Amino acid sequence: MKIQTLVDLLGADVLCGADLLDGNVQSACGSDMMSDVLAYVKEQAVLLTGLVNPQVIRTAMMMDMHCIVFVRGKTPTEEMIALAEESGIVLLSTEERMYGACGKLYAAGLGGGEEGDV
Amino acid sequence: MSEPLKFHFPVSGGDFTSAGKASVQVKKLLRQLGISPDAIRRVAIAMYEGEINMVIHANGGSADLEIYPDYIKIILADTGPGIPNIDLAMQEGFSTAPDNIRSLGFGAGMGLPNMKRYTDDMQIDTEVGVGTTVTMRVNIT
Repeated sequence: MKIQTLVDLLGADVLCGADLLDGNVQSACGSDMMSDVLAYVKEQAVLLTGLVNPQVIRTAMMMDMHCIVFVRGKTPTEEMIALAEESGIVLLSTEERMYGACGKLYAAGLGGGEEGDV
Repeated sequence: MSEPLKFHFPVSGGDFTSAGKASVQVKKLLRQLGISPDAIRRVAIAMYEGEINMVIHANGGSADLEIYPDYIKIILADTGPGIPNIDLAMQEGFSTAPDNIRSLGFGAGMGLPNMKRYTDDMQIDTEVGVGTTVTMRVNIT
């Protein structure tokens, strides 16, 4: 699924990486626990989270993720945006809650990937 | 056997928001060296979890990386409180991290299990009151 499609489905604001919306994501993960993200996510996934601190960006960097969606209208700090820009990660913010955002993406065909498969 | 390439990174304690900086540097470095993306990802994740652990539990420490032709060795050493029961610490979901760490997205009891999951070998040397050294190996090929 193209990142632009995520933007449209979630009515999201693009906080950085506006030139990277043509990129693809192949699965999604919704979590506020970064260790769970580190344990289960496959690459080229989008992360949906309500957590706002620099470790969210670093976790995405470690996992080679290209896009993070902040739910419930959460806004990352300038420091986080700078970190994401440096690493070519698109940051989006949506007013949707976690459950609704995940549901919309799932219904549009974006799966969760295979869990536990490193 | 040829001498490995060696790198040393201090891991500063106390500052949770900057934890993971060494892992980011390592990721860039391994990319420059042409290491395979899969190996880079596994090294970076294991080291990142280790860095977070050192910041949460041990007030920092150091990370050493040794790059051999067919594997990468990661040595994380701290002079923190040590691990009283390694079997318990290795159980997914067991954590002694304080609540404020959980609100930052960590402390779910997945750190050490994740480090083991992503590496080909992991050894823990620990002594209560003295410190902990975790040595991990990731095969390149």
